[in-house]
Amino acid sequence: MSRVGWLRVPLTVTYVFLYLPIAVLVVMSFNASKTPFTWTGFSTQWYGELASNALIREGFINTMIVAVSATVLATALGTLLAIGIARYFRSAIVEAYSLAPAIIPDLALAIGLLALFSLVGVTLSLFSVLLSHVVFGMAFVAAVVIARLGQTDASLEEASRDLGAGAVTTFFRITLPSLAPAIIAGALLVFTLSLDEFVIAFFTDGPTTPTLPIVIYSMVRFGVTPEINALAALLLLVSFTIVLSAQRITRLTDSV
Amino acid sequence: MTSLLTIDHVSKDFDTTRALDDVSLEIRPNEFFALLGPSGCGKTTLLRAIAGFEDPDDGRISITDADGQETDLLALPPDKRPVNLMFQSYALFPHMNVRKNIAYGLEREGLSKQEINSRVDEVLETVGLVDKAKARPAQLSGGQRQRVALARAIVKRPRLLLLDEPLSALDRKVRAEMQMELKRLQHEVGITFVVVTHDQEEAMSMADRIAVMHDGRVQQVADPVTLYSRPANVFVADFIGSGTLLPGDVGATGFTALGRTLPGSNPSSVSGPAVLVLRPESVRVDGDDGVLDGTVVETHFYGGSSITAVRVDGVDGPVVSRDRGAPRHEVGQSVHLSWSADDAVILEAGSGADGP
Repeated sequence: MSRVGWLRVPLTVTYVFLYLPIAVLVVMSFNASKTPFTWTGFSTQWYGELASNALIREGFINTMIVAVSATVLATALGTLLAIGIARYFRSAIVEAYSLAPAIIPDLALAIGLLALFSLVGVTLSLFSVLLSHVVFGMAFVAAVVIARLGQTDASLEEASRDLGAGAVTTFFRITLPSLAPAIIAGALLVFTLSLDEFVIAFFTDGPTTPTLPIVIYSMVRFGVTPEINALAALLLLVSFTIVLSAQRITRLTDSV
Repeated sequence: MTSLLTIDHVSKDFDTTRALDDVSLEIRPNEFFALLGPSGCGKTTLLRAIAGFEDPDDGRISITDADGQETDLLALPPDKRPVNLMFQSYALFPHMNVRKNIAYGLEREGLSKQEINSRVDEVLETVGLVDKAKARPAQLSGGQRQRVALARAIVKRPRLLLLDEPLSALDRKVRAEMQMELKRLQHEVGITFVVVTHDQEEAMSMADRIAVMHDGRVQQVADPVTLYSRPANVFVADFIGSGTLLPGDVGATGFTALGRTLPGSNPSSVSGPAVLVLRPESVRVDGDDGVLDGTVVETHFYGGSSITAVRVDGVDGPVVSRDRGAPRHEVGQSVHLSWSADDAVILEAGSGADGP
């Protein structure tokens, strides 16, 4: 322990570097002052004002519509994609292409989607944002589920068939339960990504239905208000909760 | 006796390799049958073809029930075959406890809860896991998992139970125990067992009959004693047991090697290049008289028995003799070797090797 004691210094510096901005944000969200850079006292008034801001409320509802639907669709499709690749298609190229939307730059994906939507005549709306989020969300879910499939014993499914279960029963009784932790983790991942996704939504959203990140962006253009700090702090809380629970779910089932 | 399982000219190719090459076997009711061979010999492919997880390119696999009614297995999906497979990895469902694992197959048959419970209880008793019924597979030892896998398969009361390397995941000590256990259970439940193994001792000690496989072909089907004392070809002689394979020729005077005519029996009249199989317990080492001369290079005493290794000029590796009691010769001593013709088999050179 004492031999590497000095390593605590860079460790501390790293954590300060990572979390200082977040700490500032959270602290300032409780600032009574209207100007964001001077501390005048503790207050929760900005959290109260958030709720009464119609713009934010509308953005929040839009974002929830997209995030929830994108999570449901991307999880279902991504899981099937993963099973298809891992069990029936065993091709590195197919796998790489399927997972690519998760890693190609958001900007490229956003421009591509926008071009596609205008080409086939899809009106930009929440629906086009939803489709776009499903595209990358599906890839994330597939990546997580494929990793899990790699660890599960393929003979589990054969054993189920051998014991008299048909293909459908086997899928629901054996395949899905053994993938459940990965599917849940993938779903939570998609939800958090969709929740604060800006670039793709900015390109593919219609003008009358801004999602929360777009609302925040347009507010920030006139300066950071304590209200936005409060909103960001709330988003942070949601994301942290989800990421931690995703981690916990994956770890819980690692032992089996 | 009518056979239970008939495997008739079955072949299977994987890309460029021939996994099964015209395999025909008859497996009798209530026997403990072993498929033995080195890895890649096709034994697991054959097992999976019987279970329904590989489709043979050619041939028939059928099962005959007690009334003599024959069913074509290849026409049925795995879940409809009256056959169960115990997987090498055991493939226990990790999200179900022991009881649920065992009940899974019975639930698929649509039996009543009552019947399922009583049959699961019964089989838990048989494999001695009553107190582990609520445990998850991850909480069990290797031997216990193996017994759950076995219980899960036999609770279905299949006509035929296939076991893929059932003991390979266990450590040495447990393995010996489970060998006896498997044999006992097979008698107790009266199910025909077909075991795949690469371990010849395992096959010899458990099976009533063994099929030795190599390169997708069945080399010999026989009981363990015959396999050992009357191997059908050089591959079997080499794979089963230990001993020296002495190359030579069969001519008018019999088997000759190293310029001498040596005693040996010749069940399937061989001529031309041949191999003489010398088992350690058949070889006698004597100071005065014998058919081959050599020098003792090593002796080992094992308590009940001892081994004497003799170097013979012109033979690769020592000729080994196993004897009761302590070694009677010293290292460096010149000795003579002999054996009786009945105990040494003459086989055609290269028989059972790659290809026909």
